[in-house]
Amino acid sequence: MGATGSAVSRVPGADEIQKETGFSSAHIYRLYDRFQVLDKDDNGVLSRRDLQSIGELAVNPLGDRIIDAFFPNGVETIDFRSFVRILAHFRPTEENRQREPNASEPLNSRNSKLKFAFQLYDQDKDGKISRAELLQVLRMMVGVEVTDEQLESIADRTIQEADLDGDGTISFEEFKKSLEKVNIEQKMSIRFLR
Amino acid sequence: TFVQRLTIYKHFLLPLFLTLVLCQHLNPDGLQIVSFKWHHVEAPYIIAVWILVASLAKIVFHMSHKVTNVVPESALLIFLGLLLGGVVWGADHSASFTLTPTIFFFYLLPPIVLDAGYFMPNRLFFGNLGTILMYAVIGTVWNAALTGLSLYGVFLTGIMGPLQAGLLDFLLFGSLIAAVDPVAVLAVFEEVHVNDVLFIIVFGESLLNDAVTVVLYNVFDSFVAIGGENVTGVDCVKGIVSFFVVSIGGTLIGIIFALLLSFVTRFTKHVRIIEPGFVFIISYLSYLTSEMLSLSAILAITFAGVCCQKYVNANINEQSVTTVRYTMKMLASGSETIVFMFLGISAVDPNIWTWNTAFILLTLVFISVYRVIGVVIQTWLLNRYRMVQLEIIDQVVMSYGGLRGAVAFALVALLDPEKVKERNLFVSTTIIVVYFTVIFQGLTIKPLVSWLKVKRSEHRDPLLNEKLHGRAFDHILSAIEDISGQIGHNYMRDKWAKFERRFLSKLLMRRSAQKSRDQILNVFHELNIKDAISYVAEGERRGSLAFIRSASTDQLVNVDFSTQRPSIVDASVSALLRGNPSSVCLDMQAIEEKRKSVRDKEDTLSHHVLQQYLYKPRHQTRHKYSRHAITPNTEDNKQEKEIFRRTMKKRLESFKSTKLGVNYSKKSIKNYKKDCMPRKVNPEYSDIEEAHEHEVAHQDIGISFIASATRQALAETYNGIDNPTFISDENVMVRPAIPPWLSNEDTVVPSQRARVQIPWSPNNFRRLTPLRLSTRSVDSFQMADGPVPEHPRMTLPEGTHL
Repeated sequence: MGATGSAVSRVPGADEIQKETGFSSAHIYRLYDRFQVLDKDDNGVLSRRDLQSIGELAVNPLGDRIIDAFFPNGVETIDFRSFVRILAHFRPTEENRQREPNASEPLNSRNSKLKFAFQLYDQDKDGKISRAELLQVLRMMVGVEVTDEQLESIADRTIQEADLDGDGTISFEEFKKSLEKVNIEQKMSIRFLR
Repeated sequence: TFVQRLTIYKHFLLPLFLTLVLCQHLNPDGLQIVSFKWHHVEAPYIIAVWILVASLAKIVFHMSHKVTNVVPESALLIFLGLLLGGVVWGADHSASFTLTPTIFFFYLLPPIVLDAGYFMPNRLFFGNLGTILMYAVIGTVWNAALTGLSLYGVFLTGIMGPLQAGLLDFLLFGSLIAAVDPVAVLAVFEEVHVNDVLFIIVFGESLLNDAVTVVLYNVFDSFVAIGGENVTGVDCVKGIVSFFVVSIGGTLIGIIFALLLSFVTRFTKHVRIIEPGFVFIISYLSYLTSEMLSLSAILAITFAGVCCQKYVNANINEQSVTTVRYTMKMLASGSETIVFMFLGISAVDPNIWTWNTAFILLTLVFISVYRVIGVVIQTWLLNRYRMVQLEIIDQVVMSYGGLRGAVAFALVALLDPEKVKERNLFVSTTIIVVYFTVIFQGLTIKPLVSWLKVKRSEHRDPLLNEKLHGRAFDHILSAIEDISGQIGHNYMRDKWAKFERRFLSKLLMRRSAQKSRDQILNVFHELNIKDAISYVAEGERRGSLAFIRSASTDQLVNVDFSTQRPSIVDASVSALLRGNPSSVCLDMQAIEEKRKSVRDKEDTLSHHVLQQYLYKPRHQTRHKYSRHAITPNTEDNKQEKEIFRRTMKKRLESFKSTKLGVNYSKKSIKNYKKDCMPRKVNPEYSDIEEAHEHEVAHQDIGISFIASATRQALAETYNGIDNPTFISDENVMVRPAIPPWLSNEDTVVPSQRARVQIPWSPNNFRRLTPLRLSTRSVDSFQMADGPVPEHPRMTLPEGTHL
């Protein structure tokens, strides 16, 4: 299933996508293939339902949240470009990137990855993870045996650990700081097949 | 009184017996009343006694946990064998009992390999087949060639002294010593818990390299017989061709017999008692047939097991499934025990011992070094094409875990001393190599792995944040992998699934099994959504209330030592430590900390709860293959059930709120057939038989939404071990959580409490296994058992719905 030059040109907007996301044309071709497989009604866009039909997501605790991440700001469908843009967050980070002062941050930098994860927690998009939001995520990730009281105490502790300015919520900076020792580049990257 | 009786008998019978014997001696020509007919029973008696000794030895070993934690059982058995061999030698001054190739290849090896094939996690196996084949074929050829050539090279330098061996002899030796042995690998990997992929690669390699070994061995053996000078290029080409013939032929034979077996079990409905017998006989025949045609017998029986799994488990009834599983495990475990014991015994035979320091040492060095080099190179190559990369620690385990075992020994014992003059040297060397790998490498692999794992992980206390978010990242990554289709979504696999469904299943599966598989999809249409959500909501509420854990320190201690994997028999701390060093390490620290302040206690508890109750991401599930235990995978089922419930609940809620609006008529509520729940713990899950249906437009949409969503989910292939033999009997089905399509007014949720429980017959349960086999684990809790013909329909009491 190699990508030929003409095949890639069938992909709409391949060049801009390549520039924006950094995927190679072979990657883009493969992702387009996948996009088409997912697009059940063949109308060139993905709806929530298409993504929900991926069975594995139903047994992933954060599956629905991630699907929501693909549909920002309440849009109903996404096109291929947005699809790839989200996936680009998970490209492995390149070392020794040239840092051009006026270029925007690449989608797969450590910061962008963390921002993506942060947005999964922060549903109301106020830039902070409140206690309620954290509780929500915790509830999703934990078995039913854990009682609400236990969960609340865990949430409180978690916020206490990370909350540096004492406002009872976790801002993006605090989030980043609490994860500074974690190897995000590795934990949030997948190797896309050629 | 029993003891009294015994003594009476002892005092009475023994003299009687002796008298009788005496009478005979006095009158030898008369009628013999009782005689001592040793030779009559000698052969079976000895066999039975050896089996008994081996089994007793196992009991003794497992009495001491401390020893079995450190020393692998295979090593212990070898030591025992050495001891017994010494005893026999002392008594008889001849090696009366050795591991003869005939016994090994005809009786001891087939059960082990069949067990491996039958319990093989198919999805994992075929998913990594390319990698496995590469290691098996290319790796073995590489090892064999290089080892043989290097030994020959060193021989030419004269260090080894005068040996009556030529290049071909060395190549022959290289070919038999190069192959990784399935028996030894399994025995050791059982102790070392490695991840799925690594396990299947090493294990698959050990099984599939048989074809290569057989070919190389036979080719070089005949070359040696012909004589080195007479080997022509044609012979070499023939050798290469024979490799393909042997391997593909063996596989085909296995598949043919698997089809035969599946077909036969389709009709065994009325002879349930002997159903299990078919499995063993037909598989054994595949082995023998392949051996007869000089093809690869191991490949044949492996693929027979691999291919027949699904259909056999679908066709034969539940008790037969259990019987087959247990019998297979028993035979395999028993064979393995005997094999290792005999490996010990056979060594005590001074006639075969020839010592040549250089040869032996160099062999050991060469096989280790070449294996490492081979693994590294191949891994580097494969990592360019693999999705799941093989890391350094995997490569270390692969190289170090390449054990040689009984197969090599049996092959070397087969050598003809006339043709291969240095046979005794080869035998001695093989024994030493096998002992070294099994004992030394087996002993040290666990500490090595633990050291490496621990070394690689962070050595500080992770913060709660890190733990939590880290786990979240794992889930996110899994999800993105699934969305981007990087794992599993395969054109070929879909085609195969379609083909399999259309033709093979029709042919090989019992009609009832097929029917229930189809019905499951249909019946899912007919769900009483409202009931479902209230069940689940209530269940969750009750569940969380029921399982309240107090934050007392006593509880802390209890929680620490409860095993996270119910399948493990040994629930001690050592078992936990064995399984997961880094995580348990933290818990141990947590325990120590508990003596500090209250605040710290709470902290510890939080860490602890997270540790135990966070859902595991997909790639962390352990391999569930075990020689010595049949492990139900309840844990993963439970996790997936819970997650799926929640997910569907949420999805329908949002679906409903976006699409349907709030009000709709009460009177149109569909009642649907439902199915049974786990028979064990949760009383709130029970079933309702449907009464009737109503047509409603918007409910149609919602239902079809669910149905299509889950049909897709059902139809997708499953990334995991979907071997039905690992289904536990209990938690297979749970109703998915689907929110009620309720308007905001009260709808009637009354006498749903008056549930009618369908008596759960084994047949019902069993029919679900086919679906479990073919598709995702998601199915396991979506399955609604179809209407069982022999079940009377039960209707709801009036007034339940509406």
